Amino acid sequence: MNALNITKGSSSNSAYNLRSGHEDVIERHTLAVLVANEPGVLARVIGLFSGRGYNIESLTVAEVDHAGHTSRITIVTTGTPQIIEQIKAQLGRIIPVYDVHDLTVEGPSVERELSLFKVSSKGEKRVEALRLADVFRANVVDSTLDSFTFEVVGSPEKIDAFGELMRPLGLSEMARTGVAALSRG
Amino acid sequence: MTQTMSGAKMVVQALIDQGVDTVFGYPGGAVLPIYDEIFQQNSIRHFLVRHEQGAVHAAEGYARSTGKPGVVLVTSGPGATNAVTGLTDALMDSIPIVVLTGQVPTFMIGSDAFQEADTVGITRPCTKHNWLVKDTNELAATLHTAFHVATAGRPGPVLVDIPKDVQFADGSYEGPAKMKSHYQPQVKGDLDAITQLVEAMETAKKPIFYTGGGVINSGPVASQLLRELVATTNFPITSTLMGLGSYPAKGDNWLGMLGMHGLYEANMAMHDCDLMINIGARFDDRITGRLDAFSPDSIKAHIDIDKSSINKVIRVDIPIVGDVAHVLEDILKVWKARGRKTNSEGVKEWWSEIDAWRKIRCLDYKPGTKTIKPQYALERLEALTKDHDRYITTEVGQHQMWAAQYLGFNDPNRWMTSGGLGTMGYGFPASIGVQVAHPDSLVINVAGEASWLMNMQEMGTAMQYGLPVKQFILNNERLGMVRQWQELLHGERYSQSWSESLPDFVKLAEAFGAKGILCSDPADLDDAIIEMLAYDGPVIFDCLVEKHENCFPMIPSGKAHNEMLLGDFAIKGAIDAAGSVLV
Repeated sequence: MNALNITKGSSSNSAYNLRSGHEDVIERHTLAVLVANEPGVLARVIGLFSGRGYNIESLTVAEVDHAGHTSRITIVTTGTPQIIEQIKAQLGRIIPVYDVHDLTVEGPSVERELSLFKVSSKGEKRVEALRLADVFRANVVDSTLDSFTFEVVGSPEKIDAFGELMRPLGLSEMARTGVAALSRG
Repeated sequence: MTQTMSGAKMVVQALIDQGVDTVFGYPGGAVLPIYDEIFQQNSIRHFLVRHEQGAVHAAEGYARSTGKPGVVLVTSGPGATNAVTGLTDALMDSIPIVVLTGQVPTFMIGSDAFQEADTVGITRPCTKHNWLVKDTNELAATLHTAFHVATAGRPGPVLVDIPKDVQFADGSYEGPAKMKSHYQPQVKGDLDAITQLVEAMETAKKPIFYTGGGVINSGPVASQLLRELVATTNFPITSTLMGLGSYPAKGDNWLGMLGMHGLYEANMAMHDCDLMINIGARFDDRITGRLDAFSPDSIKAHIDIDKSSINKVIRVDIPIVGDVAHVLEDILKVWKARGRKTNSEGVKEWWSEIDAWRKIRCLDYKPGTKTIKPQYALERLEALTKDHDRYITTEVGQHQMWAAQYLGFNDPNRWMTSGGLGTMGYGFPASIGVQVAHPDSLVINVAGEASWLMNMQEMGTAMQYGLPVKQFILNNERLGMVRQWQELLHGERYSQSWSESLPDFVKLAEAFGAKGILCSDPADLDDAIIEMLAYDGPVIFDCLVEKHENCFPMIPSGKAHNEMLLGDFAIKGAIDAAGSVLV
């Protein structure tokens, strides 16, 4: 290697700044993919992940610029560093994809997810659910005499934690939006 | 300049404005308005194929031999689904083609109408991009964008699905000058990385150029620059199946093809090199063999216009994203500016190592006295046609590998073969597309009998348009490559690899009105080939060859470059008995 005096990834503008290869380390990355809002674009992105065997942990999509016909797809995915690089390069190859940002490596970012939990219980359990919801700053968006529907906004971990707590308290149904994320600053 | 016209007329106008003069296609209900417009003009020649798969392969042959995009027009439903194999083939081999499909009218989409299929859905994974046009006013811009996407960057197939009501309706047409696309791939390579590569080239003791189809896709200038770079550095060069011809086979530095059935010297040089310069190739598994043993001690540089090709399979040290011609130009500039240095002592020693490998004579075979060896057939074909203005297509299998080994390609765009997808049935329709583009040239499809039968219906096309394509069939009455793998890897259990009930190819040719030639004796072969070449029309040449010949050298799947199997004749006992493996 060093006989030819080459440093891996030392060229600043080259295709990849190669990170030293911990090939078997699975990383979790949040990608923001800006796409033309045209028919089939989501199918192209999802088809890429299924066709090439990549993971999708969550995916959200919505139009963010109506005049510019631009949508933002936020994908949380996992893989080795090489696979993550490959996913980004493959996404960049899709014709209606304008830009791919890896929020996990491009500096600090904020991630939020919205979730709804329906908890059906009575008596002490019902009171406990309401108390915990307060701790998590959950909003009650619907209530009946024997159920609450809570809205929790936060990181995926916070939502996971809330779900675990609600399970023994009568959790009957839940819905999650998947992650939306932006870089800080 | 905006004009109002029907969607169908727009299709023809857009093709004319894109410089298209040739379309391969097959009509049907959902494209009748476009066919009606084709009937009423003389700028575009339409070639009626006998099956839509044939149309796409013909367009691929046309595209690969001219460097221009091939154009296909087929109907909805089965017309589109029959095109899928060709689209996938073109995607894998980066061939620019534009496929236009008819679709049921917009108001019937989703109703399971007659000959309806979700064409953009089906072809999404097998095109570079595709479009369903629902408004005639968007048709012209979409068609022009389609040509841009097919040809810009890494080329590939695109598809435009046009519902019948969009073809009938009037809309405004604009020419290609107005076309805007955000799709503008990077063609210039990063100069820092290029300088790094040049530095490595200056000191490398065992450098090798490993070139691929990207050189050919980049255009004739890329081949010229490559030749200059090889000649001035005196580095050895090998190529993938797809890149044959970018550097001349008769050139001094040519090692021959590499890979699973590549030459011994090429694979050994790849394994032992200290600097590998990949130019427009993609580290395909047929090239690399076992990944963890692939060229273990080399610095690897990779020039590719597609960023996703880089680090996909093999991690490289010097990645350069850019068009081959642009990058080669900059490499030469930087290298010359820095004083044209190489480690000439080291390279000289490297050549003596390579010359020792060449002495193995890995392509030698035992000639047959009574039967024609397939290698001999190709050696004679090469000897008798190499001075012709010649284009070669192939089907897929043993004959394809032998053709790559025994035929010499001295120019780009002369060799059309299905590399990535390995599509049996590719070669015959491809030869038709090549002949259409080069009516006065000699076009030969080197085929196996099994592959050839997959698209033999295109004899009708060849006859209808008087295309004198020569079908040189190496007939071993076997699926030769399948049989070889069964012999070597599956205990000689020849499951379903025998071509039973073959037609009499001479009579078959005659049934179509073409000429058939049968040859089974090595002594008659030259005369028979000369007879084939002399005939002004399509010929089916049924060359009966040795039935159990294996194609060597061979790197068995999962083995490394230096674990090649060689033929009996080449090695003379050099294989160890345990693994029949030469290390």
